[in-house]
Amino acid sequence: MMEKVIKLGGKKQSTFMDMVKGLLPEGGNLNLCLTCGACSSGCPATGLENMDPRKFLRMAALGMDDEVTSTPWVWMCTMCQRCIYVCPMKIDIPQLVYNARNTWPRDKRPKGILGSCDMALKNESGSAMGTSPEDFAFVVEDILAEYQEAQPEFKDMEAPIDKMGAEFFLNQNSREPVTEPDEMLPLWKILHLVGANWTYGSKGWGGENYCLFLAEDASWKHLVRQSTDKAHELGCKTFLNTE
Amino acid sequence: MTFAVRAGLKKFKIEHRFEVKNIYEYYAKWIREGKLKVNSDWNKDLKIKFTVQDPCQIVRKSFGDPIAEDLRFVVKSVVGEENFIDMTPNRSNNYCCGGGGGFLQSGFKDQRLEYGRLKDEQIKATGADYCIAGCHNCHAQIHELSEHYGGHYPVVHLWTMICLSLGILGPNERTYLGDDLKEVNVFHPESAM
Repeated sequence: MMEKVIKLGGKKQSTFMDMVKGLLPEGGNLNLCLTCGACSSGCPATGLENMDPRKFLRMAALGMDDEVTSTPWVWMCTMCQRCIYVCPMKIDIPQLVYNARNTWPRDKRPKGILGSCDMALKNESGSAMGTSPEDFAFVVEDILAEYQEAQPEFKDMEAPIDKMGAEFFLNQNSREPVTEPDEMLPLWKILHLVGANWTYGSKGWGGENYCLFLAEDASWKHLVRQSTDKAHELGCKTFLNTE
Repeated sequence: MTFAVRAGLKKFKIEHRFEVKNIYEYYAKWIREGKLKVNSDWNKDLKIKFTVQDPCQIVRKSFGDPIAEDLRFVVKSVVGEENFIDMTPNRSNNYCCGGGGGFLQSGFKDQRLEYGRLKDEQIKATGADYCIAGCHNCHAQIHELSEHYGGHYPVVHLWTMICLSLGILGPNERTYLGDDLKEVNVFHPESAM
């Protein structure tokens, strides 16, 4: 029995890949694949869900939109960009993945990522743990006082929040103040020893951004804007990331 | 996260009056300027070996090999050049650990550990006793890989090692150090909780 023939020709329909190409500078080079496989051979996600970066790109190029936008593999690719780094044509496969994530109905996206993004939108901290600015300030002040007393060499150490005119606007992964506050101390001590003029912001201090991982542009933008506005208000010259 | 801020400012065309930096660059600068007087004497006889994870968000996706060099300069200054062993591949060509991109929160645990097998093998191949991981997600993922695949190498933050070498790491700041370093250079041991 004959397999069903794939018909080519006729009016080309717009595909998911065409849409992504329209979004990217130089179309993300998505048309330039030489099928060499350098991407897949060095990708730790190769083989998961019977997928790999080259296959994903080829499927998108063939217009297999249903498969490309439904495979859970897009949540297993970490968008680490090693595939671009090794690609002779610098094809932006991670952007294809990002946009495929974006096609998922919001409530079908992984709950942990969705929840972490929603937590960050809940208040002005931008913390994936939903920590409020007040709770953050309490933890910082409490643990600072504890260490100033226990380690008198650091009695003048500061951990300021909203210090006007500080050079550095520092962010912090919010799991540190919430689940392992002692881990903040080594960082504060280093900043103290070098005489850095730094501050956290009461708004936008959370360093993580799960809305980017959720592939939700508006929320990603909101979090960056929130931190940016605070850094501007405080007059900081350097936005300093710990990670 | 360095990448979320840098890429976000660009993608959403947000005007800003600051530079976006990562602290690794400053650690290196402060050591070069003599403001951070680290040294590796504590490890001269112990000879404990370290490797380092290149965080994708900071190295490959943001500042490239120059910040990977800064990271190595800091690590070598702190643990001793002869006690540093690089992974292969490394710098911008290093593998993601599998904690990134939301993978840690995605619920796909089996796949995440399978993804990380490559990282675990890479670390074991160095023969290092410790892996230094600078960002929170890398730390959590590699820590789990170390337990899951039975390597049981401790995974530590960079700031922990900087403060240990400065002799200012207190007893309560040593959660992730292995038994071989728990008692080394303890600052105010009487404050243990």
